[in-house]
Amino acid sequence: LAPWVPVVGLEIHAQISSNSKLFSGSQVQFAAPPNSLVSFFDASLPGTLPVLNRRCVEAAVMTGLALNCSINKKSLFDRKHYFYADLPAGYQITQQRVPIAVNGSLSYSLCIDNKMSQMVTKTVRIKQIQLEQDSGKSLHDDTRSQTLVDLNRAGVGLMEVVMEPDMCCGEEAAAAVRELQLILQTLGSSQAVMAEGQLRVDANVSVHHPGEPYGVRTEVKNINSIRFLAKAIDYEIQRQIEELENGGTILNETRAFDSKLGCTVPMRDKEGKQDYRFMPEPNLPPLILYDAKSLPANMNHQQVINIDWIHERLPDLPSVKRKKLVEQYGILPEHSFTLLNEDGLAEFFESVVKRTQMKPKKVIGWILKDLLSYLKQHSLTVKESPVSSFLLADLLNLLEKKEISSTAAKQVLAELWKGEGKTPLEIVKEQKLELLQDQKELEQICQAVIDGHKNEVIMMVLG
Amino acid sequence: QKVSVEVLEHLEHLALVDFRDAEGVERLQKAIQFADQLHEVNTDGVEPMDSVLEDRWCLYLREDDVTEGNCTKELLENAREKVEEYFVAPPGNIPLPKLEERETFLQGS
Repeated sequence: LAPWVPVVGLEIHAQISSNSKLFSGSQVQFAAPPNSLVSFFDASLPGTLPVLNRRCVEAAVMTGLALNCSINKKSLFDRKHYFYADLPAGYQITQQRVPIAVNGSLSYSLCIDNKMSQMVTKTVRIKQIQLEQDSGKSLHDDTRSQTLVDLNRAGVGLMEVVMEPDMCCGEEAAAAVRELQLILQTLGSSQAVMAEGQLRVDANVSVHHPGEPYGVRTEVKNINSIRFLAKAIDYEIQRQIEELENGGTILNETRAFDSKLGCTVPMRDKEGKQDYRFMPEPNLPPLILYDAKSLPANMNHQQVINIDWIHERLPDLPSVKRKKLVEQYGILPEHSFTLLNEDGLAEFFESVVKRTQMKPKKVIGWILKDLLSYLKQHSLTVKESPVSSFLLADLLNLLEKKEISSTAAKQVLAELWKGEGKTPLEIVKEQKLELLQDQKELEQICQAVIDGHKNEVIMMVLG
Repeated sequence: QKVSVEVLEHLEHLALVDFRDAEGVERLQKAIQFADQLHEVNTDGVEPMDSVLEDRWCLYLREDDVTEGNCTKELLENAREKVEEYFVAPPGNIPLPKLEERETFLQGS
């Protein structure tokens, strides 16, 4: 049986982290009373016009630069038409012809065979990044056969990041999305929290035999977490392979991932191939960006976006941060991945290292094995840890100074988790965990043991 | 050159317009003929124009301040039906019935 090559591409929508919406001055906020964050423009009342939010453009430029894209100094806005209750205008303003950024790349890492010690770096090409409006939210009330519409989200700025079909499985897609999420959070251009809908991923999946043309692809939507992303893609790959091996065909359709059943199902309301009748947005002239060379002399500062200025102020991206951690502290690359993967863990680690004489290479073990596993067990974030970096540093100092044994240290740590406000030293004294340093005292104890077990001693001496 | 019934039906479905009668369809065909005159101009190597502003930068950039919203009551005044400050819509798109299923002039053509 000929092998199958799965092909996976992604379309990711990241909500821009801004105070107000892309084309209007209403507020961007998760969970507010329905229709309270809606302006006349968002509700598509006649006579309203879009006014572009500068912050949204900056967010898109930052993201484009971080993903090694070419930033288009002139980009255009278009209308994409379709009817849906949560799209009051009947069209979405997007960038179909000339988006703000194109031709970038994203590098991400994978563990081979689930072994963290063997990591491989892969790259996925970024086709483009475009600015576009988010739609409102539809709440389906099946019992009363109606849909309730909340326009609070309508008009919020989105960056759509299109990843070329360079990935081959759920694991690669999940790793790529995770890295993108970290980058967006580092830049601050999006908080990228999937659970709050700030990062939405649609996967395009197809399979083919090596050397043959690409197969028909399906689009998988409704994926709510990175874990489900991997599951959904792997399920869909399997489904397509089985379908084709049984002599069936793949339909070019949109499918939804059902997380409860762990499978993909065709989506309802699919009216055949959509014709979006793209047209230029007549109310918005082209978006012009500048760099140091092309900066116009006599223009209002506030009306100018300078790509180079933004580039100079980009923070260290996760890949750079990891490299610095490895170089500065002598930890392993896979350690740096785990440190950056947990919000606040890298800062916690550095804080402990600063306050202890213990070598970072030893500290990392306590952070990744003891602290992290405890947090995971109790579903706590680093910020919620009952053990602060100060407390852990104090404990590690006791261990480093050989005032307690490593076993005792673990015992103290277990006590510290209770968060009762005791210091490591107090716990050591309470539980009498101090290592005996006095030679005479040790001899006395050993002698007492030998005296108390004369028979056993004779047995041992006789062999 | 006539516009086919398939295209007319497709347009009605996409834009929810109603060509209504022969006169409506004729008006569409005349509009297409009028626009087709564009093809008489040689536009090889010429970028399509979609704004007379061309390269004159004019797109105003707004500061990221919250200046609007909080007018739920006003917005809902326009709604025929509402449920606790939500707009009410049918459960899904109600597609235009297929050509065979509706009484339309297009049927006869």
